[in-house]
Formats: sequence, structure tokens, C-alpha cells
Amino acid sequence: MSVSLTYAYYPGCSSTGTSIEYDMSSRAICAALDITLTDVPNWSCCGSTPAHTVDHTLSSALSARNLCQVASMGLTAAVTPCPSCLSNLKTAQHRMKNDSFREKVSKLLDKPADITVETKSVLQILVEDYGIEKIKAKVKKPLTGLTVAAYYGCIMNRPAEIMNFDDREHPMAMDNIMTALGATVVPFPLKVECCGASFGIPRKDVVMRLSGKLLDTAKEMGAMALVTACPLCQMNLDMRQEQINSANGSKHHMPIFYFTQLMGLAFGLTEKELGIDKLCVNPRTVIDALGMEGNSKEKSQ
Amino acid sequence: MKIGVFVCHCGSNIEGTVDTAAVAAAAREFPGVAFATDTMYTCSEPGQEEIVNAIKEHQLDGVVVASCTPRMHEQTFRRTVERAGLNRYLFEMANIREHVSWIGKDREANTNKATDLVRMAASKLLHNRPLLSKQFDINKRVLIIGGGVAGIQAALDCAEGGLEVVLVEKTTTIGGKMAKLDKTFPTVDCSCCILGPRMVDVAQHPNITLYAYSEIEEVSGYVGNFDVKVKKKATYVDWDKCTGCGICMTKCPSKKATDYFNEGIGKTTAINIPFPQAIPKKAKIDADFCMKLQKGKCGICAKVCPSGCIDFTQQDEFVTEKVGAIVAATGFDLFDWTVYGEYGGGRYPDVITSLQYERMLSASGPTGGHIKRPSDGKEPKNVVFIQCVGSRDKSVGRPYCTGFCCMYTAKQAILTKDHLPESQTYVFYMDIRATGKNYDEFTRRAMEEYNAKYIRGRVSMIYPKGDSLLVRGADTLMGTQVEVDADLVVLAVGAEAAAGAAGLAEKLRISYDSYGFYMEGHPKLKPVETNTAGVYLAGSCQGPKDIPSSVAQGSAAASKVLGLFSKDKLASDPQVSVVDIKRCIGCGKCMKTCPFGAIKEIDFRGMKKAEVIETVCQGCGICTSTCPQGAAQLQHFTDNQILSEVNALCQF
Amino acid sequence: MNVINLTSSCNSDFVRQVEEESGQQLSLCYQCGKCTAGCPYTTEYDIPVSQIMRLTQAGQKELVLKSKSLWLCATCESCTARCPNKIDVARIMDVLRHMARREGYGGVKTVKTFWDSFLHSVQKNGRVFEVGLLANYISHTGRFWTDMGLGPKVLPKGKIHFKPSAMQGKEEVSKIFRRYTEESSK
Ligand SMILES: Cc1cc2nc3c(=O)[nH]c(=O)nc-3n(C[C@H](O)[C@H](O)[C@H](O)COP(=O)(O)OP(=O)(O)OC[C@H]3O[C@@H](n4cnc5c(N)ncnc54)[C@H](O)[C@@H]3O)c2cc1C
Ligand code: SF4
Ligand code: SF4
Ligand code: SF4
Ligand code: SF4
Repeated sequence: MSVSLTYAYYPGCSSTGTSIEYDMSSRAICAALDITLTDVPNWSCCGSTPAHTVDHTLSSALSARNLCQVASMGLTAAVTPCPSCLSNLKTAQHRMKNDSFREKVSKLLDKPADITVETKSVLQILVEDYGIEKIKAKVKKPLTGLTVAAYYGCIMNRPAEIMNFDDREHPMAMDNIMTALGATVVPFPLKVECCGASFGIPRKDVVMRLSGKLLDTAKEMGAMALVTACPLCQMNLDMRQEQINSANGSKHHMPIFYFTQLMGLAFGLTEKELGIDKLCVNPRTVIDALGMEGNSKEKSQ
Repeated sequence: MKIGVFVCHCGSNIEGTVDTAAVAAAAREFPGVAFATDTMYTCSEPGQEEIVNAIKEHQLDGVVVASCTPRMHEQTFRRTVERAGLNRYLFEMANIREHVSWIGKDREANTNKATDLVRMAASKLLHNRPLLSKQFDINKRVLIIGGGVAGIQAALDCAEGGLEVVLVEKTTTIGGKMAKLDKTFPTVDCSCCILGPRMVDVAQHPNITLYAYSEIEEVSGYVGNFDVKVKKKATYVDWDKCTGCGICMTKCPSKKATDYFNEGIGKTTAINIPFPQAIPKKAKIDADFCMKLQKGKCGICAKVCPSGCIDFTQQDEFVTEKVGAIVAATGFDLFDWTVYGEYGGGRYPDVITSLQYERMLSASGPTGGHIKRPSDGKEPKNVVFIQCVGSRDKSVGRPYCTGFCCMYTAKQAILTKDHLPESQTYVFYMDIRATGKNYDEFTRRAMEEYNAKYIRGRVSMIYPKGDSLLVRGADTLMGTQVEVDADLVVLAVGAEAAAGAAGLAEKLRISYDSYGFYMEGHPKLKPVETNTAGVYLAGSCQGPKDIPSSVAQGSAAASKVLGLFSKDKLASDPQVSVVDIKRCIGCGKCMKTCPFGAIKEIDFRGMKKAEVIETVCQGCGICTSTCPQGAAQLQHFTDNQILSEVNALCQF
Repeated sequence: MNVINLTSSCNSDFVRQVEEESGQQLSLCYQCGKCTAGCPYTTEYDIPVSQIMRLTQAGQKELVLKSKSLWLCATCESCTARCPNKIDVARIMDVLRHMARREGYGGVKTVKTFWDSFLHSVQKNGRVFEVGLLANYISHTGRFWTDMGLGPKVLPKGKIHFKPSAMQGKEEVSKIFRRYTEESSK
């Protein structure tokens, strides 16, 4: 009797590049859960941080164009894996509730801005629309023995009035999913602390400091790996982990998974379709310790 | 009727934007007006004399004063006209200050509006009739609700004044928050040593009946004659027999019951007496944790109790008390600070509340007066205090200042150093509010003599780091972010109205503000009265207060009650509803709508009729608008009187 | 230290403009410092965010708009989430940045150039083209790319594309930018 869930899917720019494995694994697990994702046709960049630092109308227009694309698909709900995209889409929607602002935005667009579409993150639909219990039922290979810390990043839940998801200081969505998958979740006090965001290029030192602190704390709490839901966080922690080590004199070797990858592993999907090989910090030893590697190979043909 | 009109300047308050002389001139043309003038301060002694003289000189039989709100001076002027021999109800007031001069700047429009208001008042006055109040007997007993320090003070003062006192306390012991405190600012004297004897006085005073572990179920009646139904909640112990020996506590096997008195620091037994000095010193079973009541097994206390007072079948009991006045002294509760996720939301055991800390400091507390971290029982070295948690914070709906937490934090910093000389305290504050006598000197002492490090800024986050806590705040005076490694964090949690305060207010028919604190009759001039006659306030139920202020209010409320009871009879307010028996068709609608049950059914020559019980009617007027026959008329606000005002206004 | 004359130097138009563009009421700030206490970037700021709030209240336009802090704020929303007066502080930081740009304050060059290059890439391609963005950034800052070391690690992962993605409708996006430039020059 379950109604199948269907969403317009907005991958966001990083999905085509640096976070390709997030995109792959999101699609793979949704398929495994019978959640239909239909790509937004000709989606464009939401403008990310740079756009809203220049002007709020411009930033909202870049988001609004994509919301229009969704509306033209005849779908009412859109989903994106990326919290930064989501934050831009939601902020635009929130501000466009003001008529005069919406008019200003519409002036930059080909057609008037649409404000009816509901926007959510992949994480949000999994816990709110699909449900933890059902996720648990799909687990074929529990992640027993894996100790992870869940890191949400700064804008998944903030500001609460706009994001309207989970707890703003102590979110639990990913923790609950990980527990459902059979992993052990350590308490992680820096769940919503900033990782350095998009300063990787212009101010690398800042990322080294902030992301370094996240890694130090995760290690101190006894985590073998970090699990994230944000392409930017993942990139700072994973791709830059070696830089962090040399800047801070630390010796971290902490795999940084997307939560969707770990879900896929527990559902018995192959490493290949989850893009495990795209991770910079090699997660081999951590995965091997789970004793599931052989199985996944069998499946991948 | 010959009416005199007095238009007040109120200094420049009214005259500034209303031409009072023009209003008086216009009034001279109104029907019935025989005399009109404008005066500088009508309420002053010469102002009142002018009215008295005019009544005599011009043989006036009705007076209109156009000035401020009737809440301010209606009583004043009613007494003035009475002095000149008129009935006090042959007086009307037009509010041309709050309703005119203070809210509009246009002098011409204001003058016109003021003239209209005076015309309405004069025209109503033409229809007024003299009303006389009746005398009724009063019951000189007083009910005090809440046995904190404020309620105790009120009870003792009333009892000493010769009144019979009924004291109802929600928990099993009186004492309130003060009984939980270790020492008190600014003198640092032992709280229990100064409060304990007064608690004993309550227990021993022949004039005081104490109902502990009881609550108010229902209140009916009116000033002088209230009927109060008290619910005595089941304790499963026959208090008439219980001697407070405490043997049951030593034998009860259920040792994980919530220790409410100790604010959850430590656990207690299912049957317990909260603390050694409890008044009354009687045991109570916590049904949630009692194995006998939950699972039907055990009953050990019943076996060991030497007085045989355990009764597992005990039920709630109700008693009715007749009293003439009521004092509400229900105090405050602490704000639920766990909404602050950034402070751990209750996840970190070493982040505790100020009241928990008081229990820890207290020699009779669960740690025997030793400061220990709840997590591992170790002595802390760095203790961080955070002020204004749940106070002065709009984001959690608590914009007000609790007023006493700055002071108790300084006290706790001093006591910390006394207990642990090696310790270092840090206090995050926004402002220091220490305005009482010797208060600022006290907070200075915490810094100067006890080396408490005060940091001006709020804390944004607390999180565990190793086995201590990292407190990240700001020092706005240095203009930096700061971090402190803390072994223990104490939150100066703000006060909110006691749980259930709003529900009790509704039973007492008194008003409360949006935070549940009870409203005083006047913010300056009636601090312990309410707008309901015979109901008074004392202590923190009116707004957070420290002990000296709470005690002062307890005494103030007692003196109000003693003043009220200094007369043997009270005069009833004649502004009540009256049913015209000729018009009444006995439909009974008024009886159903009256919120005070003031209308009874009578038999008049075999016909059913309604009759108002004068002493019960509060003059709300609901029956008047319900009665389809216009038979129910509120005296001084009859249909004719109100319509004459409307007609005066709508004549053009 | 300079003495600030509060009467003569307070630019009340600036105060009004910040309030209007941000929709926030500056007088709500009572300087508790909680924003600064939580801001992960305080270490990088020349003026901590609570003092930016204070200076803005006091109408100190010049001091505020030339601050480097505006360019180092990552919009992490920590300040907004925790302000006891529910002030959207991050939005005020955003608005101040807009003003600084409009008034020609250079800010932190690397950051500004990075953001500009990013938007340039979006304007041109409809989506961000990472390699193009980097090339643009390097040519404008004249800085050697400090992430060169990442190359051998990341390249084999197939994450870096050397051509912008072929997106249809990218002219719609560039039109948005064009109209924006037209509208704001009005
Ligand atoms: C941590 C801390 C430290 C403090 N230190 C000091 C200090 O050093 N010096 C100082 O001057 N002040 C101090 N104070 C303030 C002090 O606690 C209050 O001033 C005082 O308790 C107020 O007394 P009260 O009687 O008004 O209220 P409470 O003490 O709250 O007493 C109210 C009583 O009414 C009862 N009650 C509530 N509702 C009902 C009901 N519906 N029916 C029947 N009974 C009811 C309650 O059970 C309680 O017994 C401190 C406060 C705190 C939180
Ligand atoms: S019957 Fe209940 S209260 Fe009595 S000893 Fe047993 S558990 Fe304790
Ligand atoms: S008394 Fe002090 S700590 Fe308490 S709310 Fe007021 S300012 Fe804050
Ligand atoms: S947190 Fe809010 S009130 Fe406090 S200093 Fe910052 S902006 Fe001002
Ligand atoms: S949004 Fe900006 S100012 Fe606010 S805390 Fe984050 S970085 Fe600091």
C-alpha cells in the first residue's frame, strides 16, 4: 500500500565533479529504496555562497530559475543532496514570500518566479518521508563494528526558521540512520561547527584550522571514520586531509564517507556504483574490517 | 437635575492639547448643566474644595469631572461629592487624558472629542439614581497558598495578628526554594538556620492549619466569604499517626526514586521525608517508584513502620474551608534550560543548574556539602558560571531579568572558594544587577577578595574535551572570543512562574501576565493587591524576587488582610444586577450564563422567576445582555443610562 | 586610538540603509557577544562580528565597510542561530558586503577574486566549471596555485573535467546576470 515517492532531483554543480560519488550513491540508494528521482532538466548553478555575497536578488534569481524548471516538470517536491544548494533554494523561497522581493527577482528571469515547490535534502526525505524503520528493514549487511561520527556541517539545520529540519544544535538524522545500519555512532560535539566552507582556495589556512579541529575531535571521540552529508565538508576533510596533516603536524587517516555510501554498503550495493574508489583517504582497511568486501565484489558485474 | 461640570487641566497633561475652557463653555449648553468650569488640578485639595463649594453654592445634585482615567481617581471624587452630601453614584467621570490628550496632538479635534465625552457623561448622569450599599458579615480567616518564605511570613504575621490561617502547600514540606539554599546573600548566613525556626513556628502556631501536599481545587464566593475546596493528595501514609521517625526510609528497597528536593542530584527512596528539617516531618510514598503500588510486591515499609501508618489504599481527600481573604504566594520555578542545545541540552552531566549547585553546597545535601562533579565524583578545579540562562533572552521567550541570579552567582563563587581554596571560578555575565543594600559591595568582594574572574559576554557553546568541558564565550571588553577549560559548569538559570500558576489564577479570578506572573492591582501603588477584592499577592508569584523583597511582600499582604478584617462588616458594591420581577419570564437563560452562579430561581406566586444574589454578583453584566426581556439590569449601567450616552454622541 | 565623536561621525543614513536592506533592527543588539563567541572565523577577523554590529549601530560606515571581516564570514549561520535577540546577523554581514562592494572597498583580495571568478564561471557556463574557475582565479590573483599537490591525487578519480559541462539553457543564466547588471545600474 506504500505510495512510491517521486521527486525532482537537483544534483548541484559539485555532483558533476568533486562530489560525483555523493551523486552516484544518492541515486543508487534511492533506486534501491524505490524512490524515483527525475533530474531537473537543464538545471543551473544556484550561485552558492558567492552569489549571495554579491546581491540577494541575483542569488535568489539563480535559485528561482531552477525552481521554475521543477514546476515545469509538473512535480511539487524537489530534492538535492547538497545542503548549500538547499540553503540557497530555501532562502530564496523564504524571501520570495515577500511580494516586492519576488517581483524584483522575477524581473531577472524569463518567467515569473515560482514559490510553490517544496524543497528538501536527500537526508531529509530519507528520514522524514521514507522512514528509519523501513531503512532498517532494507539492511542486508549490517555495519557492525564500524564506529563513526556524524558531521552535519553548519547549514544543514541553520537557520532553523528556514531549514526547518531536525535540531539546530544537535541534529540526529544521520546518527539515527547509522544506528539503523548497525554502526556504532560516537557522540560528536562539533556536529554543526563550520569546516572552513568555501575558503579552501582563497584562505586555505582557515580550512586547515577548522577542519583539523573536526578531525582531532572525531579521533578523540573514538571514531574510525566520519560520515557527512555535504560536498564541501567532505572535500575539505577528505581531499585536504593530507594538507591538514602537514599544516597541523597531525597524522590522521580518517575515511570521510557520504552517508549515502554507507547506506549503499549496508544495502549490499557494490562499491563501484557507490563511488567508494573516488574517496581520497583510502577507506579499504575500515571497509575490510566489516568483512563485506567479498560480497560486494560478487555483486558487481 | 442640576449638574456641575469640572474640566481638569492636569497641569499641561490635558491642557497641552485640549482647550479645557472651551470644553467647559460648551458644557454649559448641555441639558441639565447648571455650572461648568475648568480647573488646574481637580484632584488636589483646592480642586476638591471647589467642587464641594460649587455643589453648595449652586445646589447641584450631580457632578461630572472630565480628567484622567476612573481607575485613578473615581474613588477620590466619589468621596468628594459625598462630603458635600450627594450620593456617590450621582457622579460621572469623563476620561479626557488617556482617551484624548495623551493619544492625539490635534488641539481642535481633541477639544471636540473631549466635549463629546463630557456630553455623554452629563447625559448619563441625568439618568443616574442614588445607590446604597448593604453591609454584610465577614469570615475573619485567611487562606495562604504556597509555603515558601513569602507565604510563611504572611502566615505568621496574620496568625500573630490574631487571625485563623489556613496554609496550603503543594509539596510535602513548606520552605520553598529558600529551604534548598545553602547560604544567602549578601550576608552569607545559613539559609536553613534562619528559615528553619520560622518553619517550626508555622507548625506550632495554634492559629495556623497547614495542609501540605495539597492543592486548591475550587474557589467560590467573594471577599469576606470565600469557600475553598482543598485537595489533600494521597501520600499513602496516615499523617495523623506518622511520627517522622524515618525507619521506612532506611528499609525501602526502591532506592532510585527521583529526589525532587535535591533537584535530581542523587536519588532517594520511594518512601521519603525530603529533608531532616521538613515541616511537616511526614513520610510520603512516591507512587511512580513504589514496588507495592506499581507491581503489588514489597510492602516492607508497612511491616517496619512502628506506628502502623502505611496505607496503600489511601485516596485523595477533599476538605472545604471558609475564609474571608486569600493570599497567593506560589513563588517561581526555574526555566527549563535544556532548550539550549548549545549548552548540551542536558546531555553533559557536569553542566548543572544553580539550584542543583546549592544542594551540592549544602551540608545536609546529597553530597554532604562537598562539591563533586556528577560525572565522576571528582573535585572540580575550574568552575564556570554562566549568567542570564533563560533570562534576558527573547529567542527563548524570556526577555525579562530574573533580578537575583547575579547576586546568587557571586555568592556561589564565594562559597566555591570557601569550599575549595585551590579552585578558580569564572563568571560569564552581561551586566551585573546588584541594586540592593550592600549588594554591589558583595559582588565586588567576589572579584576582589575571592578572585572570581568576571568575563563580560555570553557563552555560545559548551562541549566535552577530554574529561573536562570547553566553554567558548566572548569577552566583549577585550573584543575577543575566549575559551575556558571547565571541570564544572553552573548555569544561573532564570525564574519563571510556578508550574500551574495560570490555572490557579483562573480559579482565583486574578489576572496574570504573558509569563504567568500574577498582576498586581497597580504597578506602583497597589503592589500586593489584585484587581479581585480580597485576593492578595506575596513574593515571587508576582515576579522574580529575592528573599528580602519576598518577605517584605509577605508582611505587606498580611497587613492588607489585617486591615480588611479590622472592620466587622464590609459594604457590598451596589453596582450589581437586579432582575425586574415584572418583566422576567423565568426562561433561566441568565442563570446559565452567569459565570459566578449569582442568579437563583425563585417561586413568585407560583411563577418561576430569577433573582440575583447581591453578594455573589460581580457586576460583570453578562446576564443583562443575555436576558431577552431586558429584565436583568446592571445598576449604574442600565440600558437607559447607556443608551442616553449613545444618543448624546449620535445626535448629529 | 582615535576618539570617535558620536554626534558628528554617526552616519544615520547608513544605519537606516543597513536596516532596510537586511530587514533587521539594529537596536535589538545589546552587545552580549554571543555571535562573536560562536563565530568560527573570529580568529581571522580584524573586527569581531559583535563589534561590527556595534560600529554599525553607531553609524561608523567607513570603519565597518573597510573591515576585512566582511569578506571572511562564511555565512555559517552560527551567529544567527544563537543570537538571543533573533537578529539575522549573517544576513547583516551579507548586506554589509554588498555595500562594501558597491562603494568600491577592495576587501580581502583573494576571497573577492575567488567569488568573482566563481560567478564569472556560472555566468558563462550556467554551472560552475572548476578548472576554468581556477585558471581565472590564478590569473587574477597572480598567485601560484597552492593546491598543485592535490593534482596527482584527484586527477585519477575522474572528478576533474577539462571542459565545461554541456548544459542547454545556459544563455538563460547569463541573461539573469545581464539583467541584474542593467537593473542595478538603474
Ligand atoms: C539558586 C538560587 C539561589 C538563591 N539564593 C538567594 C540568596 O542567597 N538570597 C536571596 O535573597 N534570594 C536567593 N534566591 C531567591 C529566593 O529563592 C527567592 O527569593 C525565594 O525563594 C522566593 O520565595 P517565595 O516564597 O516567593 O517563592 P518559593 O520559594 O518559590 O515558594 C513558593 C512555594 O509555593 C508552593 N506552591 C507553588 N505553587 C503552588 C500551588 N499551586 N499550590 C500550593 N502551593 C504552591 C511551592 O511548592 C513553594 O513551596 C535564590 C534563588 C535561586 C534559584
Ligand atoms: S512498599 Fe513501596 S515505599 Fe514501601 S518499602 Fe516497598 S517500595 Fe518502598
Ligand atoms: S539578575 Fe543578572 S544573571 Fe539574572 S537575569 Fe538579571 S542580569 Fe541576568
Ligand atoms: S548575539 Fe545578537 S545581541 Fe548578542 S552581540 Fe551578537 S548580534 Fe548582538
Ligand atoms: S555567519 Fe559569518 S559572522 Fe556569523 S558566525 Fe558564521 S562566519 Fe561568523
